[in-house]
Amino acid sequence: MSAENVTPVLEARKVTMQFGGLKALSEFELELRPRELVGLIGPNGAGKTTAFNAITGVYAPSAGDVLVAGERVNGLRPHVICQRGIARTFQNIRLFKDLTALDNVRVACHHRRAAGFTAAFFRTTGYLEDERSIRRRAEEYLAVMGLSHRRDELARNLPYGEQRRLEIARALATGPKLLCLDEPAAGMNASEKVSLLELIRKIRDDFGLAILLIEHDMRVVMGVSERLVVLDHGKTISRGSPEKVRNDPKVIEAYLGDAYLAEKHISVPGEGA
Amino acid sequence: MEQVKLALRSALPFLIALPVLWGVSEVLRYYEFTSFQYILMMAFIDVILAVSLNVINGFTGQFSIGHAGFMAIGAYTAAKITLAARGLEIIGLPPGISDQVIFLLALLAGMCTASIAGFLVGMPSLRLRGDYLAIVTLGFNEIIRVVIENTSFLGQATGLSGLPRRTTLVWVGMGAMATILMARRLVGSTHGRALLAIREDEVAAEAMGVNTTGYKVRAFVISAAFAGLAGGLLVHLIQLCTPRSFTFVKSIEVVVMVVLGGMGSITGSVIAAFVLRFGVEALREAQQYRMVLYSMLLIVLMLTRPTGLFGTREIWDWLPRLRRNRAEGGAR
Repeated sequence: MSAENVTPVLEARKVTMQFGGLKALSEFELELRPRELVGLIGPNGAGKTTAFNAITGVYAPSAGDVLVAGERVNGLRPHVICQRGIARTFQNIRLFKDLTALDNVRVACHHRRAAGFTAAFFRTTGYLEDERSIRRRAEEYLAVMGLSHRRDELARNLPYGEQRRLEIARALATGPKLLCLDEPAAGMNASEKVSLLELIRKIRDDFGLAILLIEHDMRVVMGVSERLVVLDHGKTISRGSPEKVRNDPKVIEAYLGDAYLAEKHISVPGEGA
Repeated sequence: MEQVKLALRSALPFLIALPVLWGVSEVLRYYEFTSFQYILMMAFIDVILAVSLNVINGFTGQFSIGHAGFMAIGAYTAAKITLAARGLEIIGLPPGISDQVIFLLALLAGMCTASIAGFLVGMPSLRLRGDYLAIVTLGFNEIIRVVIENTSFLGQATGLSGLPRRTTLVWVGMGAMATILMARRLVGSTHGRALLAIREDEVAAEAMGVNTTGYKVRAFVISAAFAGLAGGLLVHLIQLCTPRSFTFVKSIEVVVMVVLGGMGSITGSVIAAFVLRFGVEALREAQQYRMVLYSMLLIVLMLTRPTGLFGTREIWDWLPRLRRNRAEGGAR
């Protein structure tokens, strides 16, 4: 246990993402220890989702290193990184819409199977045992997220909030050490947000995970996170405890200043980082 | 004991189908329904083709229109083997049985070569999506045909003739059975769900630990193997193996079956294969209008029922007992 506490779950060392002339993320540094709940915040277009994509292998970083449990993973395909223990959700929900809630979660259990392809055709004992354990696990994750009663519903027919929770259940089912949540509370009202974030904290405690959270709503994320990283225009402008970040003039200027301006002049809420 | 029981249950559908098919073929022979039997065999071959293509087009959500190419590879391999083994007998077996064993080996060899082709086509082209993949598979189909037409070893445009007639109703029936079971067991398994996940959302599937490229290639390999089986059965039924049987028109025919039945529905593919085969035979006089008919059928279907006859549903979804079993044991 003590050895695990020493190795960080995730380390990002000077991770840079360059798209042509645009530096979407520059020298991003992050170290996540087990069971830590860290918030990643910043105004629209700050590079939060880009940071997620660089960590989870959607993009290979232009420079810098991503280490999962001490091993370098840059350039590996997303499914390999997922198997190493990083799971994610998506900002715009990406469920398997025409599969049932249960099957959505079962897909995520897939990579931890034991039996091979031909075993399925000949229905060997190993294969049947696999299917049983996958089903058992999937049911557990559905229960954790309070979705057991929705088991046989198609994902597309679930209400918005439950789709968000199903996505978290699916990510949990991959058996991660680190869960990356990309705006899990987007589109929810204040009280829904608070209860979701409480659930997230509970998941962290029950499963012993590290959680990296993107959230727009500063008040909400400050209440739940132990540590914050603030991005603006791809650069890390502040980091530390919520109190420290809240009083950092750079953050007020970049983040709250923007919100203030938006309130004054522009009424269109531009969502999406 | 448990192992034996499982093995028996795994093979049970075949053990039941074998005497039934044999009985049906004997009855048809006794009453001399030769042409009906012939059409029935063609329909079973179509079932193999449609269900196997459904693995790519329906379950995995990729669009392949080169199925006849894989069919040709399986057909030529099997034909070459049975021709080479003519007059050969496996020592210790009566001549009738020996012929059947050789035919089985030829079919298996055809499945192998076709699946190798599936792998070779799959590897580079699976980085493409949608229309682009469709064009590549179509091109592959044509390449195979042109290569055959220019290879003297394969009889060029005239093809290979004088093949022994080995295909019987039992053979095609068992082939169709194997294909349907393969598809059904695949889609009910965790591997099948990985394929469905790719169809639904490739990015999310990849993020959830599914090796999307690997699974797309696997879908191609399996599907191609069964197309090869259908090819081998076909040429030993019509006793002739020519490139004309494997043009892209044949590929389109199979695509029509899959789309008509519903992408992702095994039941739909089976029924569409039967409907189209018997429909074509009923309209024998109007055969030159076949393609017109196909396109009309597709247009009407797309306008009235865009998901195909069955959508993604299956006949066993309506059978409560099987459904319950499936819910409990994961997949049945």
